[in-house]
Amino acid sequence: MTVAAPAGSRLQGTPNRRRNEGVIRAILLGASGLSILVSLGIVLSLIFQAFTFVTSIDLGQLFAEGWFPRRGMFSIPTVLVGSLLITLIAIAVAAPVGLASAIYLSEYAGPRTRTVVKPILEILAGIPSVVLGFFALTVINPHFVHAIFTDARGPTILAAGIGVGILTIPLVASVSEDAMRAVPQALREASYGLGARRITTSLRVVVPAGISGIVAALILAVSRAIGETMVVALAAGATAGSLFTLDVLGPGQTLTGAMASLAAGSDQVTGSSSAFLSLFFLGFLLFVITLGLNLLGDAFVRRTRQKY
Amino acid sequence: MSTTQAVTAGAVHRSLQGKRIDLVGYVFSGLLLASLLFTLAILAVLVGDQFQRGLPVLLERGTDLLTSSLSSRPDRAGVIQGLVGTAMLAVMVSVIAFPIGILTAIYLEEYAPANRVTRVIDVNIRNLAGVPSVVYGLLGLAVFVAMFQALGVGNGRNILSGGLTLAVLILPLVIITSAEAIRAVPNSIREAGYGIGASRWQVVRKLVLPSAVPGILTGTVLALSRALGETAPLILAGAVLGSFSTAGGLGNLFGGPYTALPIIVFDWARKPQDEFRALTSAAIIVLLAVTLIANTFAIFLRNRYDRKW
Repeated sequence: MTVAAPAGSRLQGTPNRRRNEGVIRAILLGASGLSILVSLGIVLSLIFQAFTFVTSIDLGQLFAEGWFPRRGMFSIPTVLVGSLLITLIAIAVAAPVGLASAIYLSEYAGPRTRTVVKPILEILAGIPSVVLGFFALTVINPHFVHAIFTDARGPTILAAGIGVGILTIPLVASVSEDAMRAVPQALREASYGLGARRITTSLRVVVPAGISGIVAALILAVSRAIGETMVVALAAGATAGSLFTLDVLGPGQTLTGAMASLAAGSDQVTGSSSAFLSLFFLGFLLFVITLGLNLLGDAFVRRTRQKY
Repeated sequence: MSTTQAVTAGAVHRSLQGKRIDLVGYVFSGLLLASLLFTLAILAVLVGDQFQRGLPVLLERGTDLLTSSLSSRPDRAGVIQGLVGTAMLAVMVSVIAFPIGILTAIYLEEYAPANRVTRVIDVNIRNLAGVPSVVYGLLGLAVFVAMFQALGVGNGRNILSGGLTLAVLILPLVIITSAEAIRAVPNSIREAGYGIGASRWQVVRKLVLPSAVPGILTGTVLALSRALGETAPLILAGAVLGSFSTAGGLGNLFGGPYTALPIIVFDWARKPQDEFRALTSAAIIVLLAVTLIANTFAIFLRNRYDRKW
């Protein structure tokens, strides 16, 4: 005599099947956990060595008159201001060009233009930064910066900043275009219905409606520009170190550039010398700054998504 | 009919006929178009400049450039070690980052309950994607190089450290793009699977993944191309700048010094001699060929298989 199993347990599946599902779920959860491990690894390796660095030196060394790690001068203002200058120049290039391209692609271009132009922007985004660094060093600096500013000498912060800016144009363009395309069509139709021109519709309706995404694009671009390494390492020209400078027509050093040149002379910089440990201190500063900017940018992106 | 009415009617009529030239509008759209063209022009100048400088070298040296080892003499230097290194890095990154990334994406989209743990993982991955690549180099230096050194694999500055570093670097990118592709598969497909009694894994394996494959493939190829162009993390994780000899067998290949194409570009770009300028451009052409082929392939895949449900 057989009794039909209750529907509930039959729906749960055979023990075998349930075991298999459990194993798969555990494997997937394990893979996801790895990303947490990576974050922990980054934070711990940075914090410990950065802390060792700060305790191993005299705090006055952090405010020396320049960044010369091999001579024990670890001027943080020098590299921070260098990063700031590069970022300002980069945004001055990327923001207008990127936003204008985004408005054109979102509001003016036909579908055919878009299918041609977007992949080209993606290709520009895919060009390795070391190539742009070489371009900034050999084309932008001699043919543009030196041609316009005749008192510029050698590698310049300006050329490196323009190079970083070019690198961030595709990011600004694609994130802000996404934001503008997410603006409902009804708003545009309402604007045209009132007799507004295309320029009015773009600037007074679409841009304000997508402003969260546009701000997010700019914040992410700032974060990307601060973290950009190879363009600065090649084109900003301060391989050995730099005095504190505000002159964008001369060489300078940034957070990332200082890290690259410390590591590129890696034969001398090994073990636990303070020059080697300063790498991790710079990395820690960079990590904290970009993390803050990314969280801020993410918050703005999420606001656009929720609005409509 | 009063005169005011006639004037108004005339104005409305003219306005509807669009006789007034919208000068501001034209200038504005011209400026927008100019910005876009400026971006495209940069790309053209950049690529053109490399070809103008590098192509003569490539033509003169022929395949010799591709098969020679690094050297301090510009007429003998070649990129074979970089090609081998980049190829090995590509394999390692694919083997490590792709499975882990795709499994994570499956978990987040198909399995994860909506609770705090899931949210932490999600936010964490988004933040990892924004960490500058040079910081991943520090992770590689502090964790992977130290690990291989402790294990006695040379001095730890080997291609295994480099490959692990790059794999970790693009992991968030792989996860995010794969998750997007999986999310784009409509729920009706999953419901159809559950409706005929499939288990969750069967639904994922037989229904969701096959539909999401084009999107996942595009994302992973783009991530791979990004990894192959990365320079800063490899410099920190111990890639060799300057020339070295690659003698010996497999042990030396994995445990010995290594380099990659972008590292060679960086190293040559720093050299002052004019011959190396041209050589740098030649190496850039090789590097661009590798990354652009990967990129174009990914974009082609997306346009080819882009499916609207």
